[in-house]
Amino acid sequence: MADATRAQTSAETAAKDSRQRWQDGPLAESLSRFPHRKEAFRTISGIPIGDLYTPDDIADIEFERDIGYPGDYPFTRGVHASMYRGRLWTIRQVAGFGTAEDTNRRYKYLLAHGETGLSTDFDLPTLLGRDSDHPFARAEVGKIGVAIDTLRDAELLWEGISLDQVSTSMTITAPASVLIAMYEAVAHQHGLGGEQVMGTAQNDILKEYTAQNEYIFPPEPAVQLVVDTMEYCARTMPRFNPVSVSGYHIREAGATAAQELAFTLAAGFTYAHKAVERGLDIDFVAPRLSFFFDLHIDFFEEIAKLRAARRMWAHLMREKLGARDPHSWTLRTHCQTAGVSLTAQQIENNIVRTAVEAMAGVLGGTQSMHTNSMDEAYQIPSEKAIKIAVRTQQILAAESGIADVVDPLAGSYYVETLTKRVEEEAWDILKQIEDVGGMIRAVETGFIQQQIADSSYTFQRQVESGERTIVGVNEYMEDEAGELSPDLFFQVDPEAAERQIARLNQVRAERDNRAVTRALSGLRQAALGKTNTMPHIAEAVRAYASIGEICDVFREVFGEYRPPIVY
Amino acid sequence: MSDRIRVVIAKPGMDGHDRGAKIIARALRDAGMEVIYTGIFQTSESIVETVLQEDADVLGVSILSGTYEHYAKEIGGMLRENGLGDVLFLLGGTVSRQDVNRLKGYGVAEVFGAGAHTQDIVGYIREWAAAREKAG
Amino acid sequence: MEVASLAQRVLEGERRALARAISLVEDGRARDAEILAALYPHTGNAHRVGVTGPPGCGKSTLVNALARTMRQRGLKLGIVAVDPTSPFTGGAILGDRIRMGDLVGDPGIFIRSMATRGSLGGLARATSGVIEVLDAAGFDVVIVETVGAGQSEVGIAQTVHTTIVIEVPGLGDDIQAIKAGILEVADVLVVNKADQPQAENTFRALRAMLDVGAPHSGAAGHHAPRAMLAGEDDGKGVEKLSDKGWKIPILKTIASEGQGVEALLDAVQAHRAYLVEGGRLAALARARVASELETLLREALLAELADSLGPQEIERTIDEVLARRLDPHSAVDGLVRLARRSRRGKGRRSRAGVQAQPAETD
Repeated sequence: MADATRAQTSAETAAKDSRQRWQDGPLAESLSRFPHRKEAFRTISGIPIGDLYTPDDIADIEFERDIGYPGDYPFTRGVHASMYRGRLWTIRQVAGFGTAEDTNRRYKYLLAHGETGLSTDFDLPTLLGRDSDHPFARAEVGKIGVAIDTLRDAELLWEGISLDQVSTSMTITAPASVLIAMYEAVAHQHGLGGEQVMGTAQNDILKEYTAQNEYIFPPEPAVQLVVDTMEYCARTMPRFNPVSVSGYHIREAGATAAQELAFTLAAGFTYAHKAVERGLDIDFVAPRLSFFFDLHIDFFEEIAKLRAARRMWAHLMREKLGARDPHSWTLRTHCQTAGVSLTAQQIENNIVRTAVEAMAGVLGGTQSMHTNSMDEAYQIPSEKAIKIAVRTQQILAAESGIADVVDPLAGSYYVETLTKRVEEEAWDILKQIEDVGGMIRAVETGFIQQQIADSSYTFQRQVESGERTIVGVNEYMEDEAGELSPDLFFQVDPEAAERQIARLNQVRAERDNRAVTRALSGLRQAALGKTNTMPHIAEAVRAYASIGEICDVFREVFGEYRPPIVY
Repeated sequence: MSDRIRVVIAKPGMDGHDRGAKIIARALRDAGMEVIYTGIFQTSESIVETVLQEDADVLGVSILSGTYEHYAKEIGGMLRENGLGDVLFLLGGTVSRQDVNRLKGYGVAEVFGAGAHTQDIVGYIREWAAAREKAG
Repeated sequence: MEVASLAQRVLEGERRALARAISLVEDGRARDAEILAALYPHTGNAHRVGVTGPPGCGKSTLVNALARTMRQRGLKLGIVAVDPTSPFTGGAILGDRIRMGDLVGDPGIFIRSMATRGSLGGLARATSGVIEVLDAAGFDVVIVETVGAGQSEVGIAQTVHTTIVIEVPGLGDDIQAIKAGILEVADVLVVNKADQPQAENTFRALRAMLDVGAPHSGAAGHHAPRAMLAGEDDGKGVEKLSDKGWKIPILKTIASEGQGVEALLDAVQAHRAYLVEGGRLAALARARVASELETLLREALLAELADSLGPQEIERTIDEVLARRLDPHSAVDGLVRLARRSRRGKGRRSRAGVQAQPAETD
């Protein structure tokens, strides 16, 4: 033992000596001819980057404990043992605009071009639980996503789609429970049993308060609604992911990689913990918690972030919440390339950015992915642009070879160091959140929002000072007065809002209004009595109650949220 | 006219993406301006009324939900109706390039899209204020 | 714009003119005095209410709720929301409107955001000017919401009739206001966010503090400034007035839900009635005018004095005092004498120049 220690120590000394020799010799000589391009090298999140990394940097990393094997604790290398050698990630492009028919057509276009999963963007009235004819909604109907008012719209949205074959994700949160109920109702209409239905709802309300601002109710009751869906789905649709805990929006709002990681894991932990507090078994709900991360432009940092995320979640679930089922320990994630990295200038450059980011997603081990279209910085993607985005993933999968081996960057001195560093920073932030009284308190006080706002402002100043180069924006600029090429032009049908409101009025006229009233009053009782609201939402949805009517019941019981003010 | 440039930063409609609006607010403050931030979920009426009550020199409206056509037209019209046509009306957010000229027709002085520098916006406002000063 | 016609339009209730007039007063330049002079005869009707408290106590939310309740009682009101200017850049982000979304578009309400800009004295004067303008424009109530730390609210409290001080539970072990010294200006105390766990403790701590501090600070309530011009007796008199009848109420509110706001408005109106009764309001007004005149006079005289002496003379006197050849009192006597002589000298020169003025008597 003593010998071994001595041998190790002398090996370390030798390593230090050889590194010193290199620094004083070849490196110094090289720098005298080509000095460093910048004063300091940092990742996009501000982590300092050294000249190079050696075994020294990963001396305290233990293979079995910290890296290990894919499909096994702590899952650093991936959630499945064979990863993409068995099954490729799901190509899941988010789509949604206009009416349900418009979006359904786009789905079929995407599936025809090789997409393997679906994802839905909703318009703002739907996201905020308002009907399309609400006075505030008129200008927004169908603009940034599809308008859904009642089950009738949902029927049209998923018409001809096999909900047991193609998994569908729904990017909706505050009124997610209503959309989950609609999804289930449509699946039943298609003749499917609950156990056959695949899909995901975003439903991560905590990130709405910190990043996306599409909340309706105060955090406490809103989190209880999330737990309602977790409990309900675990019973009725065991293959459905009721929550996709999302770092994406946090990152897009300007957070660093470590902040994205910490705030996301804190949110996931909060949902799981609240479910346990309600008396549910952790292994009943945790296996269906899924995640959603951003793929920013800093290639290695993003890979490190995804690897660290899996290791941290496994630790949180097993050690902190005592989960025993390995499915509870695994962090399954969807990823999307970074919308904020796209530029309105020289838009074709966005294809390249997206490809680099998508590559990090694959090397980071994502389960499904959305690649942004080049024109997404300013409009709903045109068909041509979205097809290139799908093709990008297909090229990575079929041609590049990066999907043919599991976690090829494991053991890289740099990637392992970076993984450790991002993880340490994230644990620090998690500790701070604990110190202010947990995630809900941290949200209510604006603690999280302030951190994001500060990071975001720092980054903007770096871009403007020229410290960060963005091609086409602060270097290699061109004068671009010209019009967009016409095949990249897309406009939502301006008549969509009229058609949508006409349909809503028709549904209201045709449905059994007594059944609606009955269902809504049952829902009110459940919300007041703090019992699970989902069965009542499902009943209201089947009676063709509108999303606005259902959410108004909650508004009445829970009130509307007013956030702390943070710049 | 006031000694300090007073700017109303507003977000109309249901769009909650306020990252850009907040960055602009901070940058304008750091450039010595007084920024009145309305918060999200504003109507055109409330924005124009705020500009009026605050005797603002500049109105910056940030829209990322594709509703700029609607709000530029409505707000531009209301500014004129309320005798506020001399207020500098700027638009920020995701705006399609081919729409810019039409928006200017509604009274928008300039559009700052994704990737615009805050310092360009600061510079634009300062130049405008200097020109106004000169014109008396 | 012509000042006279601007003033006329303010009196007619035109909102655009009102906004402009406030800007003029806020900037404090020459036309500031002109517009105030034109509006001043029309002031003196509004109930001026100050609202203050530490950051995060829910001031704007409470003002929003209070304003809605005032509207239900048929009152028209102006709101002045003050936020700090960045000392580094001179800019400011004024965000109080975010919490007052309900009020925009109501013709019975006018909201103005103000940055603290320069000095505290300057802020108090600008605020007082803005209040006068809103008063002249015919608002029944003018609410001034101030940044919740330090001296500024003491200054502003002297320009209002009724000061509401807000506390919230759990902002620290001891109550922040004690440190900031703002409890002393309170006429009405509010424990906001009363549904939070520590609320009862905060309430009791405030109660205890008022009971203990009754003879000197608590029950004294709203200090009018002790002005020299008003005479030693009048200054005391105002304090005594408050001693007699007003017991500072402590109220619980949950501003975000509007709870307790009716009772708060009742207390504010009761305070107003208390002030009106027995001429206290008039005495307060007199003391305030005295104090304002004193400040202005002091500044005017000092400026005039400095002007006639010139900077070198003052510097020279400072040197003399520093060298202990002169004590400060004798130095001041000397400076005043010198200034008088120099003014007379100037007077003669000007008479010699224009042959107009009668001889000054001194």
